[in-house]
Amino acid sequence: MKAIISVIGEDRPGIIAKVSSKLFEMNVNIEDISQTIMQNYFTMIMMVDTSKSSADFATISQAMVQLGQEIGMDIKMQNQSIFDAMHRV
Amino acid sequence: MLSKEEIFETIKMVSSQHLDVRTITMGISLLDCIADTTSETCDRIYDKITTKAKNLVKVGNDIQNEFGVPIVNKRISVTPVSLVTARTGNSIDVAKVLDKCAQEVGVDFIGGYSALVQKGMTDFEKEFLYTIPQALAQTQRLCSSVNVASTKTGINMDAVKIMGDIIKETAYLTREQDSIGCAKFVVFANAVEDNPFMAGAFHGVGEADTVINVGVSGPGVVKVALEKIKDGDLTEVAETVKKVAYKITRVGQMVAQEASKRLNANFGIIDLSLAPTPVMGDSVGHILEEMGLETVGAYGTTACLALLNDAVKKGGIMASSHVGGLSGAFIPVSEDIGMINAVNKGCLKLEKLEAMTAICSVGLDMVAVGGDTPADVLSAMIADECAIGVVNNKTTAVRVIPVYGKNSGSVSFGGLLGTAPIMPINTTSPSKFISRGGRIPAPVWANKN
Repeated sequence: MKAIISVIGEDRPGIIAKVSSKLFEMNVNIEDISQTIMQNYFTMIMMVDTSKSSADFATISQAMVQLGQEIGMDIKMQNQSIFDAMHRV
Repeated sequence: MLSKEEIFETIKMVSSQHLDVRTITMGISLLDCIADTTSETCDRIYDKITTKAKNLVKVGNDIQNEFGVPIVNKRISVTPVSLVTARTGNSIDVAKVLDKCAQEVGVDFIGGYSALVQKGMTDFEKEFLYTIPQALAQTQRLCSSVNVASTKTGINMDAVKIMGDIIKETAYLTREQDSIGCAKFVVFANAVEDNPFMAGAFHGVGEADTVINVGVSGPGVVKVALEKIKDGDLTEVAETVKKVAYKITRVGQMVAQEASKRLNANFGIIDLSLAPTPVMGDSVGHILEEMGLETVGAYGTTACLALLNDAVKKGGIMASSHVGGLSGAFIPVSEDIGMINAVNKGCLKLEKLEAMTAICSVGLDMVAVGGDTPADVLSAMIADECAIGVVNNKTTAVRVIPVYGKNSGSVSFGGLLGTAPIMPINTTSPSKFISRGGRIPAPVWANKN
């Protein structure tokens, strides 16, 4: 499944490293990654593919939320189809 | 490829603008539950609902977690109970079973303790109407509605007369909780069979066995979009609302398809209503104020609402494969902080509210009035709303709460039902008119064939 992971919060070193190594542990492939300062927040957006992972969506999503709590960032994983539905005719 | 801005826009809509799917409502036919005895009918109803809706709440929560969009309510609507109990009677027993089913599967409301009497009533249906106050008083999650008029049939004024009496009795029987029973009872003209919203949802007889209807929401998203075009003209305002409505509805469509698939039910419709909640930033009243009114209720309110209602429909229709239900802006007084403030300031009166109901869904909704309001005045309010619906070929409704023992101040029902200021009303007597009974004939344009 294609999913979007958004990481929003205060900028600091090591955010990408922590998120990507967690994804690596769960065999989730990162297809695209971008980061920017948007409306005063550090915002990182990752497009990922979970199809090779042995963990299900809920498990990966929960791991991301938990990692967010550990590093003080708001991390969300959402099925990509909601973004496609909203922004593509 | 999605852009960062697009992804961020969606995330913001949920995190700070209250975008949500207001309800996933499962419509369940009870026609195959009708048996020779009440207890057999009740057993069949219990088995069917607890089987069909067993996973409703779980699926709703799963979709919420996977797509990141809150799904606020999961609800059930059933075949009008007056059709199910016509043979055996004992409708209150069925009411209690429905309440038990709702509790068991974890939904907050179950709708369909209803009767369709727009042209006439059988003896049983008349008897059924008088059970509504007890049914609402003896249950927690049951909702009830009665259709008393339609464009095709005119207005059944005998039923309208009864409505005033049963609203008063419901108010009395639930007096310990500020007459909350009346918040779960709606009187309709031109009721729709696929409405997902409470308290007026029921599962029409023209529907499939099990159907998923979804109500979207998002007044906050519309308001934020309008904040960005402070100096835009009204064409631009309408275009902006259309685009936002399109995006909101696409989310609803996706959720509805996903829910139907996972629950093994037919996809029914998306209801395009902008449904407010009492929290700040989720108000239809504030959208109208963002368009340029000092306060809702000012002259211009009806025009702003007409623009909003039409633009929401135009944007939403292309986004969904099946649009239905009520589809329009809701203006429930107690559930909308902008409307509550306008009433408290004295800017929004019942007469203006009535004018607004002529161009939006649904009608006089969650309006609290003094507990000493006579039944025939309530009936006459209902007759006026029915006239608006029947002549304009649209759904209208009345959900009015004559708060027992109170004639001023406000009452709080808690949760989504909000806080209702008790509105002053014109109590000049319509008594003779209501006591005439009979039918107001269908308007000339009912005769289209």
